[in-house]
Amino acid sequence: MAEKVRIKLTVNGVVHGSEVEPRLLLVHYLREHLGLTGTHVGCDTSQCGACTVHVDGQAVKSCTMFAVQADGASVTTIEGLGSPGHLHPVQEGFWEMHGLQCGFCTPGMIMAAADLLNKNPNPSEAEIRHALEGNLCRCTGYHNIIRAVQYAAGKMAQRSAADD
Amino acid sequence: MYTAEFAYKKASSLAEALQLLQQHPEAKLLAGGHSLIPAMKLRLAAPPTLIDIAKVPELREVRLEGNTLVIGAMATYYEVETHPQVRQAAPILPMAIELIGDPMVRAKGTIGGSLAHADPAADLPAVMLALGARMKVVGPSGERVVEAERFFKGMFETDLGEGEILSEIHVPANAGKQAYAKFPHPASRYAVVGVAVVIGPEGVRAAVTGAGSHAMRLTKLEQALAGQPLTREAIEAACQGLLPPNDLNHDLVASRVYRAHLVDVIAKRALLQAAGL
Amino acid sequence: MAEKLFGKAMKRVEDPRFITGTGTYTDDMTLPGMAEAAMVRSPYAHARIKKIDASKALAHPGVLAVITGQEMKEAGINSIPTGWLHPGIKTPPHYPITFDKARHVGDIVAAVVAENRQIAEDAAQMVEVEYEPLPAVSLGSEALKPGAPAVHDDIPDNICFTWSIGDKEAVDKAFASAHKTVKLKLRNNRLVPNAMEPRASLAQYHKASDEYTLWTTSQNPHIHRLLIAAFIMGIPEHKLRVIAPDVGGGFGSKIYQYPEEIIVLYAAKKLGRPVKWTARRSESFVTDSHGRDHETVAEMAVDQNGKITAVRVETIANMGAYLTTFAPAVPTYLYGCLLAGPYTTPHIYCHVTAPFTHTTPVDAYRGAGRPEATYLLERLADVMAHELDMDPVEFRRKNLIPPEAFPYQTPVALQYDSGNYEAALDKALEMVGYQKLRQEQAEWRKQGRYMGIGVATYIEACGLAPSALVGSLGAQAGQWESALVRVMPTGKVEVFTGTHSHGQGHETAFAQVVADELQIPVEDVSIVHGDTGRMPYGWGSYGSRSAPTGLSAIVLATRKIVDKAKRIAAHLLEAAPEDIVHEDGKFMVKGVPDKAKTFFEIALQAHLAHNYPADLEPGLEATHFYDPKNFVYPFGTHIAVVEVDPETGRVKLLRYLSVDDCGPVINPLIAEGQVHGGIAQGLGQALLEEAVYDAEGQILSGNFLEYAIPRADDLVQIEHDHTVTPCPHNPLGIKGIGEAGTIASTAAVANAVMDALRPFGIVHLDMPYTPQKVWQAIHSARKLGQAAD
Repeated sequence: MAEKVRIKLTVNGVVHGSEVEPRLLLVHYLREHLGLTGTHVGCDTSQCGACTVHVDGQAVKSCTMFAVQADGASVTTIEGLGSPGHLHPVQEGFWEMHGLQCGFCTPGMIMAAADLLNKNPNPSEAEIRHALEGNLCRCTGYHNIIRAVQYAAGKMAQRSAADD
Repeated sequence: MYTAEFAYKKASSLAEALQLLQQHPEAKLLAGGHSLIPAMKLRLAAPPTLIDIAKVPELREVRLEGNTLVIGAMATYYEVETHPQVRQAAPILPMAIELIGDPMVRAKGTIGGSLAHADPAADLPAVMLALGARMKVVGPSGERVVEAERFFKGMFETDLGEGEILSEIHVPANAGKQAYAKFPHPASRYAVVGVAVVIGPEGVRAAVTGAGSHAMRLTKLEQALAGQPLTREAIEAACQGLLPPNDLNHDLVASRVYRAHLVDVIAKRALLQAAGL
Repeated sequence: MAEKLFGKAMKRVEDPRFITGTGTYTDDMTLPGMAEAAMVRSPYAHARIKKIDASKALAHPGVLAVITGQEMKEAGINSIPTGWLHPGIKTPPHYPITFDKARHVGDIVAAVVAENRQIAEDAAQMVEVEYEPLPAVSLGSEALKPGAPAVHDDIPDNICFTWSIGDKEAVDKAFASAHKTVKLKLRNNRLVPNAMEPRASLAQYHKASDEYTLWTTSQNPHIHRLLIAAFIMGIPEHKLRVIAPDVGGGFGSKIYQYPEEIIVLYAAKKLGRPVKWTARRSESFVTDSHGRDHETVAEMAVDQNGKITAVRVETIANMGAYLTTFAPAVPTYLYGCLLAGPYTTPHIYCHVTAPFTHTTPVDAYRGAGRPEATYLLERLADVMAHELDMDPVEFRRKNLIPPEAFPYQTPVALQYDSGNYEAALDKALEMVGYQKLRQEQAEWRKQGRYMGIGVATYIEACGLAPSALVGSLGAQAGQWESALVRVMPTGKVEVFTGTHSHGQGHETAFAQVVADELQIPVEDVSIVHGDTGRMPYGWGSYGSRSAPTGLSAIVLATRKIVDKAKRIAAHLLEAAPEDIVHEDGKFMVKGVPDKAKTFFEIALQAHLAHNYPADLEPGLEATHFYDPKNFVYPFGTHIAVVEVDPETGRVKLLRYLSVDDCGPVINPLIAEGQVHGGIAQGLGQALLEEAVYDAEGQILSGNFLEYAIPRADDLVQIEHDHTVTPCPHNPLGIKGIGEAGTIASTAAVANAVMDALRPFGIVHLDMPYTPQKVWQAIHSARKLGQAAD
């Protein structure tokens, strides 16, 4: 067996030190070592985006990254984005607008949408569709996902206006 | 969904990366990993050692040096796409990068990783050819600079020799009016055909990706347009039968004949866009 | 009075767990001591297995077992049966692990169980299998040719079954005397369902009690339990508990009994440890039962007035290598019986030949048979309208079954219970601005732009199904549904349904209806599904049956609760039961609102039974088994507007709108969501998706790099409305809406693309309308035009 590597990273605000096989993908580290099963695996060719998490503030596919590459990084998963009672506006949008059905693509979709709104707080419909190209959903036809992201954009704009 | 086992080495400097590569000649360099890791997951690739160079500081810088845009090989798509100097000096880069993969891919994928991988359907090789970019390569015997045209040699094949690392890409700034047009694969979103054009003071430089074993200049097109005013009619007339179908790639999405036709159409669209027509 | 929740766009109660990543899908589960499995799959479509050498794999550290088909057969594990039989059907064995031959790429040859998934995957690569590759056949029509390689040695002609419906003689006569006829050769492309959650199974064996538990990605856990217990493994049915926890989409693909579920159960007992297997997507592509795959010759005849007089259909329906659970029903009763569509066609004949091929099995995929029927009819309608020089809408209008004709007996067995098809058509035309759009299209054409407008009017038969009827047609199962409504002493209510939600929102929509019926807050109701250990019984969710069949059972069970509650209230209020009314959330003496008991008081008394009617059982729960009297028949009109780029052949969706009638809508958010998703899948078939096999039986589009499912930028915001024509034979008048979108949208998009290509003289192309195919057609047409010039 290849020599294990010691890594230290912050996941949802908690520091974890682990010894891992180099080939351990970040998604399996999150799911199997940390029990954070909200991040899903939907394909094996880096296409579906179900595994999307934030690494150092940016959305990435955790199935296309080894855990050792995240050494020293700060990772946010769906579990760390918001919780019932303290939902992130994107989570709230998905709930309000029925942006999910089976829920399997949802964590990745939400993480990708949150990343979009971080980078572009007021996206057009076309920009939302383009930004979600890396996240496949088989249930919703994307209609309500678009509305969910628009809802979240509105909500975040209100919040930042209130903060000003 | 596991790759085969491998040993992991992380380089913190270019010198260390070169040294590790000397020690592990069978190793593969790990950059953004967005070509390598998917291949490893399907066990199409099983390198015994990976040398991670993604975080090497001197490979990550993007800066303007006189009339040259210097892009560190490990700069991510996202960093280049959103870099204000890049947008100004080489607008074709963000234009092409925006069409690569998806935001998550662009967050991790690197410019140098893509160029060194030389996927026949990758977008940036065509862009670099049209821009007339040069590749800075460092290796055990020092450094050298390679013209883009000499860099891409075949399918997944570049001029990089054993122990060498692509360290920087030197892009001419303000090379002229430029555009990239792409016909994406409906599933993978790689380029079925992508054409980059730069209309500079010395004429049109155009290059295509997706069509053959590697990205290449569209010399026939460049010659047809040489010395001509770039009118819609001239462009349309020039974009006919640019590549002989027999030499082209073929797959489920595009036969050789259809691909050859797409080269004409996509080249025309890129030119019209670059020329502002 | 509490707000009535039926019809309210309530946010889903299941969502908090999904949006916070705290749902529990099968692969999320880990049990103490759990081992994991990886499958060794055939890389050949057809090969004799000469030798399996597992010694290297077994020697690999961490490997616990390598299981072969021979071993499982010797241990008494039987073949996986099919759940639907036709007269004369051939049902060749389908062992969980094959031992003689591999019959499709992905057929399981051995299973490796190891300490974890990494080791299992490593070791699977070390199992040495010696194959003798054999010639393969992947296309149905090729498999029927003399001399084609046989998939099963004892079925040399590869014919699984033939089937027909309708009066052939009458149809032939109608064609002979027709004013006009049209004939189309159609290929209904093979699709890969691709639910986003790959299949997974986790089995545990409890030695002390000789019991098993199986967690699995299923739409119908009771069907799995029955098949596994009674047919495959011989486990007493009560010793096997099957749980389908959160399931990430199904679309039919998670109905079926798959080999891996048997393998993990077998391995769990053999090793005395829980064993889990989770599919990689590339495994899903070659093992989840596929959909569609028809080769058809379809004909339509009309009289001078443009009325359809007959439809004649000859179909080859590819079954793949083995028969999965409902495969024989799909290209027959769910297809041939739908060929009247919404039209008054008096004579219909359909003949189906179903061959085996060396491909992944084909079974029901969202819509199942009905999209194939609708596509065929709607293509014929458009081509015929053009032949008659009529607007396609007017042709349809002329042929729609009028509202006064219901109940309407079709010539292909079904009796449509209710409908108002023209109303839905008119609404859709008004929404889209049909006349104006046609003018715009004409304008565009002058500018060299190619807009296409595609209309599909559809009906479907769903809400499976009257048990006696489907039994007479070959079903090996009942198709009723059960519900258990359990009221607790505190007045809180648990509802157990035999249907299963894997995205459909039962936990919300069903709770809304229960809250209304019991006049209690919706927060006091929870809907429980997906566990054979908790439900009375059930046949699961498919065929848009959950609301019309499953919810009907729930409603009738709640009404039993209300009846009993009235008797308890009568006793407590010292009144006659017939004088008790259930209003404003209370049980009161009619006309005496002061004399009332709350639901809680009644529930408590039912459990205490301290002051209680002597002739009444304590407790407050009711079970109902509901067997529908007929299918339900949703219908509607969909319109797609596309633009074709003649230079590249690329099709762009400009607008999509649907008017659907599923009767009264319980929760518009959920119902519309079902329509949106269905439309996307149907559009996927029309424009993007196809499982392409080469002559050797290799799938060329076997992953997401090659097989495109619709992405966000392939779609537009969908314009949706509905009409309401209640179903006359179930308690709420509701009809299913799970499949409607898929049934109509493939045809609507196909017609739109063909409409755009009309100026080129192109009459028909097979789906999917890939840019290359469209460009090729335009290119050839132009060349032909030039030649003619």
